[in-house]
Amino acid sequence: MSLTVRFFASLRERLERDEVVLAPGDAATVGEAWACATGGEAMPANVLAAVNQDYAAPDQPLKDGDEVAFFPPVTGG
Amino acid sequence: MDNVRVIGGALDPWAELQRYQARGLAEHAGVGATAVFVGSMRDLNEGDAVTAMTLEHYPGMTEKHLAAIIEEAGRRWDLIDCLIVHRVGEILPTDPIVLTAAWSAHRKDAFEACRFLMEELKSRAPFWKKETLADGGERWVEKNTPGY
Repeated sequence: MSLTVRFFASLRERLERDEVVLAPGDAATVGEAWACATGGEAMPANVLAAVNQDYAAPDQPLKDGDEVAFFPPVTGG
Repeated sequence: MDNVRVIGGALDPWAELQRYQARGLAEHAGVGATAVFVGSMRDLNEGDAVTAMTLEHYPGMTEKHLAAIIEEAGRRWDLIDCLIVHRVGEILPTDPIVLTAAWSAHRKDAFEACRFLMEELKSRAPFWKKETLADGGERWVEKNTPGY
């Protein structure tokens, strides 16, 4: 098992990656998953995060198999 | 659930409504009010001519949140049914982008719920717009304008 980290929209383009697979021990929280998947970049204040398709705070703990997603403010409609 | 649809091709909101209503709603004698919102693409944003747009979403999370918004509307108002249809992919000016509709016995619930569906979609459903400008440049829309 592992953690999957996904990036969307402008974030995906800027970071030039849409998906990063981490080992379970690499990140204990959403914030750590961000740091690990971006190579240590500070998380911009307006970035939104989701775990298993629900919004999540940076300090939310992760478990094996989780899908973590990061994306910019939403602009649908 | 088919009261939430994210579609990759052309969106005809009036055909969507007709199709959705044909399965019982049109004959539902308890319906006294139907409120509908249709959002379509402008050719101008932040003072710049826009010639096309690409709409991206997060498959799964988007549908899940649209369904949650409908559920929440059902708890807040007395509703008979709701529908949300949103388009993704390549979009041109005048193309419909989104349809929200609410059916109720009375107009207050229908109007308010329809507005709620749209405003909640704008603020929490994961969709993102990238614009193509008249000069050929591209830019991501950074935030939605407030609706209230």
